[in-house]
Amino acid sequence: MGRYVARRLLQMIPVFIGSTFIIFFMMYALPGDPVRAMMGDQAYDPAVVASIKKDLGLDQPIIQQYVTYMGNLVQGDFGTQIASGRPIADIIADAFPVTIRLTIFAFTFVSLVGIGLGIVAGLKPDTLRDRGLLTLTLFLVSMPSFVLGFLLQYLLAFQWKVTDPTVTDSENWGQLMLPAIVLASLSLAYVARLTRTSIAENLRSDYMRTAVAKGLPRRRIIGVHLMRNSLIPVVTFLGIEVGNLMTGAIVTEGIFNVRGIGVEIYEALSRREGATVVGIASLMVLIYLAASLIVDLLYAVLDPRIRYA
Amino acid sequence: MRGAKSAKWVAIATAVALGATACGGSDGDSGNKGTKGGKPEGYVSIDVGEPQKPLIPADTNESNGSYVIQSLFTQLLDFDGDGNIVYTNAESVESADSKTWTVKLNKGWKFHNGEDVTAKSYVDAWNWYANIKNNQQNSFWFQDIKGYDDVHPEKGDPKAETMSGLKIVDDHTFTIELKYTMPYFNYKLGYTTWAPLPKVFYDDPKAFGQKPVGNGPYTFEKWDHKKLIQVKANPDYKGPNKAANKGVQFKAYTTLEAAYKDVVSGNLDMIRQVGPTDLPKYKQDLGDGAIEQPYAAIQTLTPAFYSKTFKDIDPKVLQGLSMAIDRDTITKTVLNNTRTPAKSFTPPGVKGNQDLDTDVFTYNPEKAKKLIEEGGGVPGNKFTVQYNTDGGHKEWVTAVCESIRKNTGVECVGDPKPDFATDLEARDNDQVKGMYRGGWVADYPVNANFMKELYHTTAEANNGRFSNKEIDALMNEADKAKSLDESVKAFQEVEKKLVEHMPAIPLWYYRINGGHGKNVDNVNVDFHGDLEVWAVTTK
Amino acid sequence: MPDKTVEKVATATGEPIPAVATDAGPAATGKPRSLWSDAWHDLRRNPLFLVSAVLIVFLLVMAIWPSLFTSASPRDVENLARDFRQPPQWGHVFGRDWLGFDGQGRSIYARIVYGARASITVGVGVTVCVTILGTIVGMIAGYFGGWIDTLLSRMTDIFLGIPFLLGALVVLNTFEKRSVWVVILALAFLGWTQIARVARGAVITIKQADYVVAAKALGASTTRILMRHILPNALAPIIVVATIALGGYIAAEATLSFLGIGLTEPTVSWGGDVSTGRELLRIAPHVLIIPSVMVSITVLSFLMFGDAVRNALDPKLR
Repeated sequence: MGRYVARRLLQMIPVFIGSTFIIFFMMYALPGDPVRAMMGDQAYDPAVVASIKKDLGLDQPIIQQYVTYMGNLVQGDFGTQIASGRPIADIIADAFPVTIRLTIFAFTFVSLVGIGLGIVAGLKPDTLRDRGLLTLTLFLVSMPSFVLGFLLQYLLAFQWKVTDPTVTDSENWGQLMLPAIVLASLSLAYVARLTRTSIAENLRSDYMRTAVAKGLPRRRIIGVHLMRNSLIPVVTFLGIEVGNLMTGAIVTEGIFNVRGIGVEIYEALSRREGATVVGIASLMVLIYLAASLIVDLLYAVLDPRIRYA
Repeated sequence: MRGAKSAKWVAIATAVALGATACGGSDGDSGNKGTKGGKPEGYVSIDVGEPQKPLIPADTNESNGSYVIQSLFTQLLDFDGDGNIVYTNAESVESADSKTWTVKLNKGWKFHNGEDVTAKSYVDAWNWYANIKNNQQNSFWFQDIKGYDDVHPEKGDPKAETMSGLKIVDDHTFTIELKYTMPYFNYKLGYTTWAPLPKVFYDDPKAFGQKPVGNGPYTFEKWDHKKLIQVKANPDYKGPNKAANKGVQFKAYTTLEAAYKDVVSGNLDMIRQVGPTDLPKYKQDLGDGAIEQPYAAIQTLTPAFYSKTFKDIDPKVLQGLSMAIDRDTITKTVLNNTRTPAKSFTPPGVKGNQDLDTDVFTYNPEKAKKLIEEGGGVPGNKFTVQYNTDGGHKEWVTAVCESIRKNTGVECVGDPKPDFATDLEARDNDQVKGMYRGGWVADYPVNANFMKELYHTTAEANNGRFSNKEIDALMNEADKAKSLDESVKAFQEVEKKLVEHMPAIPLWYYRINGGHGKNVDNVNVDFHGDLEVWAVTTK
Repeated sequence: MPDKTVEKVATATGEPIPAVATDAGPAATGKPRSLWSDAWHDLRRNPLFLVSAVLIVFLLVMAIWPSLFTSASPRDVENLARDFRQPPQWGHVFGRDWLGFDGQGRSIYARIVYGARASITVGVGVTVCVTILGTIVGMIAGYFGGWIDTLLSRMTDIFLGIPFLLGALVVLNTFEKRSVWVVILALAFLGWTQIARVARGAVITIKQADYVVAAKALGASTTRILMRHILPNALAPIIVVATIALGGYIAAEATLSFLGIGLTEPTVSWGGDVSTGRELLRIAPHVLIIPSVMVSITVLSFLMFGDAVRNALDPKLR
């Protein structure tokens, strides 16, 4: 097990370097100069632009910039923003907790409601409630988050006036509820469907028939035998979803004005603050990699047939 | 891009008087609303977002930062609502030949840390700002001063630390020698960039930018990044724009809608711009608190005169295109009444604004078609309008294009750039394919600012690369005028000539649609559309 | 987002997925039928399939021949002062003012009709590109194994590591003019990994099958083995993933256009119209809601279609 983890960790290094380099390279290829952009549309002095770029090392070749950047990153230095001169670590520290909060909120919602609905439907496949649930999830899946977001905003905030249209305080759990539900909806639908299919499939399996034949209590059959086997794919899916939820937050945060990394990254992109974008992206890549490792390990715990050497 | 603060000096007297009575009248209930929203009693709040850069006067040119800088720093002079000079930190700024200017400072002024404001505070600061090594964004503002090229060479290290044109006479007097004559140079001094700096600044400019010490009507209290900046009234302030309230909170909002809601509910005192969603009903919601006023800014369609389409274009065609735009309907519908149709190249509120005797800015589809035909038409019968999609320009560009297309048959399409950075890069590098959306907010309220800086062959912001020897000569001549009035008149003549050459198609002037809540009073707008926070009183 | 659908099939370890095609033997009826005819037999009787197929045909016709549905142009403004943000006239079915007018005084109905082309072209285009690219990479990795497999798998990992939306934001920002083709290529560039994984898994299973071993023993060339034996048998799981992903790509295009980094003017796109209408949510909600609903209907049609195809091709789910 230890060796497996070590190998996986080693494998992550090239993946991390590769994906951050791609993002770094793409930022570099973007048209538009961050230093020039900050001067606005009135008169400015090209000599100042050149001088600032020189001081920031933005006039060097890309490979060198990348190496310098990664060198600093490894030492925990995210660099500073071009315009504000603030350390990027500060900016991330301000915005990340908000997004993490939103993600945790959404993730809990996905897990509880998604699996719950899936179980309800899966235990009685092909009944009316199963069909109803499948239809509902199909509708959820077919609504991109901006559609659902605006629809809920319109109905809840403007028609029925039960909530505020946008979030005014990003640290308020109550206000994050609506964005979290919107963020969760797509994953929720997938989780519900996956759970349902998995349970329906396992219900027909031999070991279930054996358990029933042995006369085990229904509670035990479902709680232990069925659940443990059925939830394996669901757990896998949930693990990967963490990363997807975090990026999905870019859209949701935009609609509801939550001041998280989504808004931050969007702003940084339009101001060409390359280091900020790459910094946040690197963190996301890391979270994604960590999540997939944890999922694989969990997999071994849940499924006794899998043993990592 | 945002500049000097100005003051409606006539309004102040009344403001102070009214404020006094208003305060007295509502003393009874001020106790329970004092702490609302974490705001100290007597403070006023306004929606001003996170400044883009550290708070150093010569490094700030966007409106959020300018608001804060203006509250913390006071420069030599300022303007009233008619664009006339009002002295603040200076006792006088005078020149006999428009080339050498003598500045006399008011005595007894102090920085917030107790240091005296002297001639040296100004001269040292300006030398520091102008030095290329310090990378100050507004350093080019000092380019008219003799010796600027030594501290700010186009390439390489500076040859000197100080500009030879700046000379200290005594503690409260210094002289500025320019490279050439410029009758309206003193007007430039109203821009925030010309603020003085205390000695502590030079110890650690970086730390200063996070916690500035100024000489203005307010002293710095705290900066909670992306949430709030708080400043406190400076009781020892000597200037005419002394704070009428106890302090100001600049609060960052993510949307105009959220800020507006807070104004209506009383959690925020002032909003600079009401969002499109709320525009149709903000006058009802806010009543007397609604503010609608034009200010000194203009939007234009500027042809790139180096582009295939507009190279050697007959100005008649541009006049025709101008007449094909239904400015009235577009401002009323698509722009939600946030603009006033333009009638000249200079907006109202700047010295020398005039109504031009022409119908080029009046909607007239028949004449538009005729003029375009006479002028030989638009090459390819098609052109593009470049704009940035992150600035809310898409709507009006589309509307203007459709108006032209419908009325003249000339195909007009938007050329969107994903963001401002890309838009500017294309302009700087002469890569605009047809026209671009131009915009200009007054740096100082003189008509020269709207012509010399935009249409002179050598002007930095002349991105359309309009070049006309006759116009250049007229402008140079106007700059040599003996007095400001003569210079303004000469530029008015230039403006009349511009109609014949059409370096740009003026579309409309900006209008501020803001407002304030019931807890405050005396909210006025200055010439470039900023709310004057210092004059605001609490009830 | 499109990524999600795969994860259902593939495990995080990149383990081979049970290649569904291989256990598709003769159906229980006794009459030997191929997987494909079996699936077709199934589909014809599936109401989900029939409904979605009708909707899709409808959308396709709209995309190919928009003038069949309306004579109005999506760009023309007839009378700005009169039409500005006018609400729908539900009685005037298929009329210029049927669905009202947007903030420019343009007919929303016309924009809906003309917007179909962009949405569907992107959806189908990305799916085709991703399928081709992913299948090639997956087949090569799965068939040759060894260092080629390691290299390609790591490359897949790298692309999987870039969050889809973030990647799209950055890639698309590099283009100033984003036509349908740019958006297709950008999404394909980021999205090929899922098919690659599925294809690789399928190929690994199939290459051990007797008929492949036999073909090899008979001296068939690699190309022949790949094209004649492996590809046809690996196709079913690939098609399953691809059809389901199609809906996802349409949603992705709309989302990106909504974020302002998808299709640019003058291409008419529903997502773009939603984004221009977002400020009108309170004052003229129809400007935003009608294109939103249209996006959902389209995605729903393709998802139902994909669902039906999967049920037919994947016997395990029956």
